[in-house]
Amino acid sequence: MNTAKYLLTISNLTTSFRIKDTYHAAVDDVSLSLKKNEVLAIVGESGCGKSTLATTIVGLHNEVNTKVSGDIFYNNQNLAKLNEQQFNNLRGNDIGFIFQDPLSALNPLMRINEQIEEGLIYHTKLTKQQREERVLELLNQVGIANPKRVARQFPHQLSGGMRQRVMIAIALSCKPTILIADEPTTALDVTIQAQILDLLKTLQTETETGIILITHDLGVVAEMADRVVVMYAGEVVEEAPVQELFNNPRHPYTRSLLNSIPQTHSENERLEVIKGMVPSLINLPREGCRFSGRIPWIDASSHETKPQLHEIAPGHFVRCTCWKHFHFEGEEGGGTV
Amino acid sequence: MSFMQIKDLNVHYPIRGGFFNTIVDRVYAVDGVTMEFEKGKTYGLVGESGSGKSTTGKAIIGLEKITSGQIVYEGENVTNQQRKRDSAYNRDIQMIFQDSHSSMNPRKRVLDILAEPIRNFMKLSDQEERKRIKELLAIVGMSEDVLLKYPHEFSGGQKQRLGIARAVACNPKMIIADEPVSALDLSVQAQVLNFMKDIQNEYGLTYLFISHDLGVVKHMCDYISIMYKGRFVETGTRHDIYKNPQHIYTNRLLSAIPNIEPETRDERKLIRQKVEENYQKEQHKYYDEHGKVYPLKSISDTHMVAMSGGM
Repeated sequence: MNTAKYLLTISNLTTSFRIKDTYHAAVDDVSLSLKKNEVLAIVGESGCGKSTLATTIVGLHNEVNTKVSGDIFYNNQNLAKLNEQQFNNLRGNDIGFIFQDPLSALNPLMRINEQIEEGLIYHTKLTKQQREERVLELLNQVGIANPKRVARQFPHQLSGGMRQRVMIAIALSCKPTILIADEPTTALDVTIQAQILDLLKTLQTETETGIILITHDLGVVAEMADRVVVMYAGEVVEEAPVQELFNNPRHPYTRSLLNSIPQTHSENERLEVIKGMVPSLINLPREGCRFSGRIPWIDASSHETKPQLHEIAPGHFVRCTCWKHFHFEGEEGGGTV
Repeated sequence: MSFMQIKDLNVHYPIRGGFFNTIVDRVYAVDGVTMEFEKGKTYGLVGESGSGKSTTGKAIIGLEKITSGQIVYEGENVTNQQRKRDSAYNRDIQMIFQDSHSSMNPRKRVLDILAEPIRNFMKLSDQEERKRIKELLAIVGMSEDVLLKYPHEFSGGQKQRLGIARAVACNPKMIIADEPVSALDLSVQAQVLNFMKDIQNEYGLTYLFISHDLGVVKHMCDYISIMYKGRFVETGTRHDIYKNPQHIYTNRLLSAIPNIEPETRDERKLIRQKVEENYQKEQHKYYDEHGKVYPLKSISDTHMVAMSGGM
């Protein structure tokens, strides 16, 4: 494995949850890699396994109810095989994590400076004085106007945008090489969202961090990502550079998703709808093309029996062959691509 | 002609403090909002969190006590103090909530949830009530075997559709939709939005669509009002707001919407920074010395902008 080029290489990762004595894979045989100084976006609806993938990377799953197989290579270490002790050295130090809901991720009884300092105490040998300076520096970096005052406050005294900035400060405190952001702006207003995204982008170019951005908002993807992975029902269905994905989407799922955004439609026009819904973990069809149930007007013969990822252009991967014959319901044609 | 007018609506919350717990200050959650509603149109109310858009919706339907101002419905003053429990206004104005799950009683079955407004406002026999409920389920595209299920057995999109079914149960004239699709996935969001449009066309409903998502609002609304700190900064048709925004705050909101064209993202970032800079610099021109938005002034038949007297 060429580890010099890639920060993180995930191969054949499967995460299964136990439901009544049987294990069901929420992330199913996923392989992907993250380069230095790259924003990799993972997109999909809820229930596609994108957050499970993120939490598996940093080992946040309970061993009793979860089974993880496959490899996650970071820095010649296999994260899938680490124990809790080894993980603790890694989390917050090499890998930073930004959670969706900053209010429930921050400790309500600790002042902001203590929370940011926590990682520094654990992972660095800075003196108290240096740590305090670092906290103020971080708060300044994430664009908080009055770092001295904010450092002494509690989470409930801050607004949503400020809290998310504090979360980012915590994630960045030990200068991580990988930053995982799980829906970092979903709970925020558009103006704050734009500020946070710009901030992440600026910080990334300064520190050359690799970012895994998990989101369901395709607008955010278009603003931020360099490369995009689309997940459906636990599998990667399409992977492409960002411009390629938006200009030349191939997989039926990607095309349907793009088609259901209000922005792509002229006013008053009907929005395109994907039939059915994401299957639940237990009812997931494990054989054949997992998206076939939602595009029933496509002939069964256009699906592969064991859908694989095919490289159809440099860096552009699509699962299954059904994209060649795909057309939206009611449209004519197919096979014209 | 408009069938409903809201005149100078105010909702203020007192802040109590001091020795005798007297009122020391007020929060101006809604501060002088005036609107008119016409049949069959969709009105968008946009703003950031804390701008008072939800409070406006709740005040109109009577969930929030109005400090001052008037709501006139079909020529009748229906401001909440003097309204009766079974008045026509209560029946004709309904609401869809953002979180459909918490807006339904978890111990009631779909049957009882949908029957509640019918039992309140329509005097129907048991058979007629059953029939009406089945009609409602057909309107929202759900089969009859859901009647005996509980809310937790449904997905988010289905629950939101049940919320809509409950809102349309008594043939309302207007529905206040408070962030109806914010919690939903893209494709489900598309389903619900399409569906809201369908029943609007069929029954001539008026919507007050409260949202922070400018993309969705653009798709749905005929008229849009932008709200900031309890006051309108700009109102107009969709075209006025998106093609010819006048207020600096509207500009700032519009520039912050993520776009799905990755090619132009660097350009957009520059524009966004410029707008933000401009906003910081020129803010004082658009707000008075207390940071309050100026009163609205007409600049065309449909388009009103909050400006100071000198401009």
